[in-house]
Amino acid sequence: MTQPPAILNEPWRTPERQQVAMQFGIWLFLATEALFFGGLFLFYAVSRFTDSAGFEIGAREADIWFGTANTAVLMTSSLTMAIGERATKEGLVPLARLMVMATLALGATFLVVKGFEYRSDIEKHLVPGPAFKYAIRGAAQFWAFYWTATVVHAIHLTVGLGIVSRLLFISKEDLPERWTTAIGTALYWHLVDIVWVILYPLLYLVGRP
Amino acid sequence: MTVAQPPHETTLLGRDLGEESYLTDGTTLMSWLGTTDHKRIAILYAVGITFFFFLGGAAATLIRLELISPAGRMLTNDEYNRTFTLHGIIMVWFFLVPSIPTTMGNFVLPMCIGAREVAFPRINLFSWYLFVVGGLLTFFALLFGGVDTGWTFYTPFSTNYSNSNVLLAAAGIFVTGFSSIATGINFITTIHMLRAKGMTWMRLPLFAWAMYAVSLVMVLATPVLAITLLLVFVERAFGLPIFDPRFGGDPILFQHLFWFYSHPAVYIMVLPAMGVVSEVIACEARRRVFGYEFMVYAMLMIAVVGFMVWGHHMFVSGESQFANLVFSFLSFVIAVPSAIKVFNWTGTLYRGQIRFSAPMLYALGFVGLFTIGGLTGLFLASVPLDIDLTDTYFVVAHFHYIMVGGSVSAFFAGLHFWWPKITGRLYPERFAQFAAITMFFGFNFTFFPQFILGIEGMPRRYHLYPQQFQALNVTSSLGAVVLAFAYLFPLFYLAWSLFRGERAPNNPWDATGLEWQTRSPPPTRNFDFDPDVRAAPYGYHPEHNAPHEVSQTHEPQTP
Amino acid sequence: MKPETRRRVILAPLATWAGLMVLLAVTALYAYLPSAPIKPEVSLAIGIAKALLIALFFMQLRKNASLIRLASMAGLVWASFLFMLTFADLLTR
Repeated sequence: MTQPPAILNEPWRTPERQQVAMQFGIWLFLATEALFFGGLFLFYAVSRFTDSAGFEIGAREADIWFGTANTAVLMTSSLTMAIGERATKEGLVPLARLMVMATLALGATFLVVKGFEYRSDIEKHLVPGPAFKYAIRGAAQFWAFYWTATVVHAIHLTVGLGIVSRLLFISKEDLPERWTTAIGTALYWHLVDIVWVILYPLLYLVGRP
Repeated sequence: MTVAQPPHETTLLGRDLGEESYLTDGTTLMSWLGTTDHKRIAILYAVGITFFFFLGGAAATLIRLELISPAGRMLTNDEYNRTFTLHGIIMVWFFLVPSIPTTMGNFVLPMCIGAREVAFPRINLFSWYLFVVGGLLTFFALLFGGVDTGWTFYTPFSTNYSNSNVLLAAAGIFVTGFSSIATGINFITTIHMLRAKGMTWMRLPLFAWAMYAVSLVMVLATPVLAITLLLVFVERAFGLPIFDPRFGGDPILFQHLFWFYSHPAVYIMVLPAMGVVSEVIACEARRRVFGYEFMVYAMLMIAVVGFMVWGHHMFVSGESQFANLVFSFLSFVIAVPSAIKVFNWTGTLYRGQIRFSAPMLYALGFVGLFTIGGLTGLFLASVPLDIDLTDTYFVVAHFHYIMVGGSVSAFFAGLHFWWPKITGRLYPERFAQFAAITMFFGFNFTFFPQFILGIEGMPRRYHLYPQQFQALNVTSSLGAVVLAFAYLFPLFYLAWSLFRGERAPNNPWDATGLEWQTRSPPPTRNFDFDPDVRAAPYGYHPEHNAPHEVSQTHEPQTP
Repeated sequence: MKPETRRRVILAPLATWAGLMVLLAVTALYAYLPSAPIKPEVSLAIGIAKALLIALFFMQLRKNASLIRLASMAGLVWASFLFMLTFADLLTR
């Protein structure tokens, strides 16, 4: 399959090289994200290992319905982003733009659901501090992880919404030539999904039923 | 008979009109602040790190002044804590980590592999802005209120008990870390994808390999620093129990996370120096580098194994004995590739025709001082010895021998070596040789007594000490005066050379690298021809001929 | 659009998505099964399986140059150093 024409950035002379370079660069960046979240997951592993009883008691308070719903939403947004990226490369501009808008909508839905979940968690006294629900060692640590990990993920997701929306600002005429941009955007968005897909069992499936 | 020349116009830096280079290509401020030319970005970074070097140096001056007296007359305990914290944070993150990669790496790397640009020029510029923003945040944190935790931010002091600008400093360093990551991604992609025709991996100059190795480390280590600082931030700012033992947290987990970055960080600080030294020694001894392949493997091994030794900073923190054993063993292992490199530099000198130019003096200084620093590292890698020596001045001397005696010497070596290429001017050689020798003596005077102080039991980070340590402390402070002069002097003669220095030819050192086959200073697009590499690097004399049998011929890496 | 294009652009991602949804259902149900064994390990394994589906199919790692696949593994390999050596300490204290 021949590559469609592309707008070339300095210093690349062919679309093929630009695409490989861009994917390579973004995967290197994703490697840094693996180490970033890896450090966070290390905290999770150490806490769960050292105070597993309290950790599980704290973890049971996480709301499975919010979590599962959000996982479905985010995975679907990965689907729409994947279709949008492929459609861009094929030059199917209306489908691509529709899929990008769907991705943004689903991403925003995730944040809204998260907002409701946070409100529910706060009402249930699940923020570590003087008003925290449990006094058992480990429970507060789970919730320290929960708040840190979900907020950091949400920030990544919000940044992702910005990156994805950039595709909508490219005019319909120019979009087919910017397919390398679409690939890079999709790679980042899929990372956001991958992080969540690993977070989901760590946050919501502990100590059940 | 000479014909009187009419006076002609010159631009800044005495450039003749009509002589184009990357320096003349746009002279407005915006052409600099918005540049995507890797050479200009290198200069932007150079301005930044020079500022931070002298800021960190000012703190060092304060420290050495304070330590003249055992009773600590100038600074209070708290002020002293803030001073050495400033010194450590600035010197590590805002001078040493960026120094060679962002200045010489940015300038020379694309050229020495025959490329016209880095892979992602706009990200390169963005990385500089990240450096500036992070630098400003940290600058304000350290100078307006200060931080008293030491550059190591150990918990629970940093999270629960310190009354200082920990949050702001952590935020600043966090931002600067992304500058490192961006530079690393750029360099790795550049080396993989933009080498000139014929520039195979095993024809790369060792400086390029050093940039590759350091970029791997920067990309893989720095994110862990980012999450570590973030966790300190959320614990301190929002009270989320991460490292707090009262809630089941483990302060040693902080140390594991912190040193997972900070040990590879020291390799970030030394690998580029090794790359520079290889270039300079080969050129100034007129010899190919002895054992080129082993030099490459050694750097890669340092980059990889460097990630597995971090626990040697935690031998007495509460790590298990088994972990102590594992980390100690791996720390001995990692001495091997460094030793291979020292042997090979020595082997490069053998039967060479050595020119004791300023870059060569600095590079030779590196080899000697790095060796001493490295050997003392083996003492510290041995657990029984470390129990006695940890947190004493022995450790301080050890890392200053490597970081300052080593990396800073190499920085000055590279600065002088590539100065003609970057600026198109020659610096005054006698002054530079004098500065190099003065630095060597000043450095040893400052830091060798600290080994003895450490063995005798003086702890680090203390400004009150028993009377018996005063003589050595005073010696060290006197040495620091000499060292300070050696660092300040180049500012003057290098600045002078920008306006009055002799014009540099393309290749004043008669070096073989691709960067020397183009003009000094280079054109914006680096080369006026398409580089086509036909030979291995460092072809300083034909094989099978001892130097005294041939004249100074060499094979440059282009037709 | 041509059937070949439809397959590449819509149906292939859809199949991956369907796989992800199935795994989500499985993992949630398994967690709530009263006396099912090794729950943490299974739920994490399913999470990793989902991540692999996303990486290999959505992110097209299967088709990519080996250089890119190497880059994708580097982060995980290095993170494993962090985990293994930290736990070497933790498990032997």
